[in-house]
Amino acid sequence: MSTATAPPTSGLPAPNLAGTVGAPAPRVGGAERVTGEQQFLADIHLEGLLTVKLVTLDCARARIGAIDTAAARAMPGVVDVITAADLPDPMPRFGPVFADRPILAVGETKYHGEPVAAVVAVDRDTAEQAARAVLVEHEVLPAVLSVATALADDAPLVQEPQLRHKDPLAGTNVLKERRYGWGDVDAQTADLIVENTYTFPMVTHFAIEPHGAIAVADDDGGLTFYSPVQHPYLLQKLMADLFELSLTKVHVLAPDPGGGFGGKQNPKFEPLLAILARRTGRPCRLVLTLEETFQAVRRAAADIHVRTGFTGNGRLVFHDIRSNYLLGAYADIAERVVAKGNYLACGPYRVPAARIRARAVLSHTTPSCAFRGFGTPQINWAVESQLDEGARRLGLDGLTIRLRNLVAKGEDVVPGDVPADGHWEQTVRAAADAVGWHTPLPPGRGRGIACGIKSGATTGLSYSTVRYLYDGSVLVYAGTSDMGQGARTIFAQMAADQLGAPLAKVRVVSGDTSLVPFDLQTSASRSTVFMGNAILRACQDIRTQIGQMAADLYRLDPTQVTVATGTVHLPDREVPLLEVMQRFLGRLRGEVIGNGVYRKRDMPDHPLGGDPAFYEFNCTAFEVEVDRETGEILLHKHVTAGDVGKAINPLQVESQDEGAAIMGLGHSMMEHILLDDNGRIRNLGALDYRIPTTKDVALDLHAVMIENEDGPGPYGAKGVSEGALLCTAPALAAAVTDATGVVIRDLPLTPERVWTHLQLANSEPDRDPGGSDA
Amino acid sequence: MTTSTATGTTTTVRVTVNGDAREVSVAAYRPLLDVLRDDLGLTGSKECCAVGECGACTVIVDGRSVNSCLMLAGEADGCQITTVEGLGAHHGRLNPLQAAFLECGAVQCGFCIPGMVVSAQHLLDTNPRPTVEEVREGLSGNLCRCAGYNRIVAAVLATADAGHRDDTDDIDTEIAPEAVAGTVDQ
Repeated sequence: MSTATAPPTSGLPAPNLAGTVGAPAPRVGGAERVTGEQQFLADIHLEGLLTVKLVTLDCARARIGAIDTAAARAMPGVVDVITAADLPDPMPRFGPVFADRPILAVGETKYHGEPVAAVVAVDRDTAEQAARAVLVEHEVLPAVLSVATALADDAPLVQEPQLRHKDPLAGTNVLKERRYGWGDVDAQTADLIVENTYTFPMVTHFAIEPHGAIAVADDDGGLTFYSPVQHPYLLQKLMADLFELSLTKVHVLAPDPGGGFGGKQNPKFEPLLAILARRTGRPCRLVLTLEETFQAVRRAAADIHVRTGFTGNGRLVFHDIRSNYLLGAYADIAERVVAKGNYLACGPYRVPAARIRARAVLSHTTPSCAFRGFGTPQINWAVESQLDEGARRLGLDGLTIRLRNLVAKGEDVVPGDVPADGHWEQTVRAAADAVGWHTPLPPGRGRGIACGIKSGATTGLSYSTVRYLYDGSVLVYAGTSDMGQGARTIFAQMAADQLGAPLAKVRVVSGDTSLVPFDLQTSASRSTVFMGNAILRACQDIRTQIGQMAADLYRLDPTQVTVATGTVHLPDREVPLLEVMQRFLGRLRGEVIGNGVYRKRDMPDHPLGGDPAFYEFNCTAFEVEVDRETGEILLHKHVTAGDVGKAINPLQVESQDEGAAIMGLGHSMMEHILLDDNGRIRNLGALDYRIPTTKDVALDLHAVMIENEDGPGPYGAKGVSEGALLCTAPALAAAVTDATGVVIRDLPLTPERVWTHLQLANSEPDRDPGGSDA
Repeated sequence: MTTSTATGTTTTVRVTVNGDAREVSVAAYRPLLDVLRDDLGLTGSKECCAVGECGACTVIVDGRSVNSCLMLAGEADGCQITTVEGLGAHHGRLNPLQAAFLECGAVQCGFCIPGMVVSAQHLLDTNPRPTVEEVREGLSGNLCRCAGYNRIVAAVLATADAGHRDDTDDIDTEIAPEAVAGTVDQ
């Protein structure tokens, strides 16, 4: 259903929608996946491949003493053992923003699982035995493991101050503090003030494919990497910088990740592997265990304190937010996570005044990194929960208070920034209808609803080359990482549509920096818009060239020729695109090559370095029942509604939205990384860390797509895939409160936690759950 | 078959994998998953948790679905094994369940899919008309982080439904639309 006309897509002719766009075209690479033929990183065989195993300590922070590698070196089949002593001094460091991560720990380990040494052997068993034989003298040191301990006056510093030149915060564990806001919070008067602290746990990505990479030292001094990395060109650049090579000497081959979710965006062990490949003269492969993968990546945890003012009829007056995100030992992209998530802390509402102080706090834990939602689930948990408390105190329901405050399309979200780009009320009402908000609630159940908003990419650059071959088949070169979202499929659909080619004749090439032109990265739900538009422009380039061919062939003025998708329109007739090309090229054959670039430039004065290309807006609603004896939450209905613009492939969009919705159940209900006093992760691996299974899905899970074709992407598309987990937690908690009366401000809502709150409520029925009336 | 082979000793394992007789000589402590992947070149089955919790390594051994990461290769001596590579109705084609996975949108990143498809096929082979609850229970040992569960369940139910209405293995069998979970609202 379209309630708005399609916006101009960079001056292109209106696309022909009779093609595969908008249809559930079969997934490119799907058949290979159901037959087991798909080659993931660990399936790749190279001649002479050696296996690498990391040596780590059983604590978070330790002073590293002598490392005895003699026994390991002496084992048959061990080819090399490396420690920091074998690397340059000062230790080379890398990272996507801050070059802080050492190739191997030097002096001190900073998190549980940080590699202190590495062994290389002819097979995995030998490598594992040899790793166990490496003896590392060490002294366990007190570790900073929480926001409170990180900010204490006598807290040990996670990062050496000399690594943070000219940083006024270098003597603290605060990596950065961001301040956002507008209006004058202190001058506001509110009828009701609600003030609470919320916590969000450490959780880990748990892609089913553990992390891994292969490095090969090329004969010409260059390096080749096989890595299921979401950002192949960033890996290329960082390795070129680190090893002082030109980009032509660094070749990244990126097999499709078996799940990324942000955890596979940035390099981690590739530098170590490159060094080992050069030392041994053979390809070196590291594949982490699942436990090692948990130690490598996670989402930032958060402690968020919010003071919110409301008018008597539920309008927001102000938000005063102190947001502390607990990062790990190295920055990775985590500071950006804090900035981006908290910039939109106030959500999709009219808020007259806001003060947001967001801090990225370092700790001796796994480096937190990008993770689907990129900082929004944490802050949203707090701010949406505040809305629900305001609603309860004012006698409103969760839907009413949100509709009362929701911005309309074109209204400011953050004053002076990109306004709301969708009819979000439509999405909210669709979610409410789908969950049956206005129908009688069966006894013993509760309902909750929440909204979430995330900024799409704020800058970006994608190139695509499309080759229209002599037989009408099409090659699309697009550097997006296809990690399950189905990027290749929609690119094929678009190219087929734009050139009037059968979908079966379109092939997408990706995952090779030597063949495929530059793409900035795969993140922020950007690729439908950025790479999609680049592909559209490449196809337009082809049509323009073929239009000129037609003018030449038929002796017409170019102004007399127009080219639609698949067809050339001459004054007196129409000729298929393919026929014009074949006639023009003639006996020698050949092809037509089109190039397209889509760029969103930096805005240096913008707090995020650029404004949002689009917003991902989601509304999630639940109907639940709570077992008071066990604290278990039964999900009767789970609805997710997203403002998607246009679903290029509806089946894939629904799959992603359902998937994100279920992933959101993870941090909402069951997932948390547990540390002991030495910062050792206690629940490594699948036995002790629980993610949703088939049995955790709601009895009725329903994904709704609102398509108003009002996005900046092809056919009016916006980015999708993150929306459905932005507000899972507050919607669920609101439903639990509705069902039981208890208010919970800490995640996850495990049965134990819910049960404990129920017991407390029973024993102290008059206890004020928090907040005050002004 | 003996389970008391000393660690470090090599054992000969004779198995029939996907209909082919294979024989390998491996260290006695090697898991079946490793031998399938590294020695027999069948990389379809995946390694993830290595503790029998995620199901990515699921294969069929003598008619039972097993986590091949938890089984020693030596324990499979003399057994018939089916891996994901052996599911296709004919070499290179998709069986009805595999086709349904694609049509129902059950495949995303694909890493869990080999184990998932093997588990699901085994479920249908032993329970041709499962209820939704039985499918969820039967696949609860296969983790999918892309969380395509709704569509995976729909694919299994669609295959069961089609199989009941039409007893052939034809992959053109129509998938009943009401079996596909989720609807598109605009």
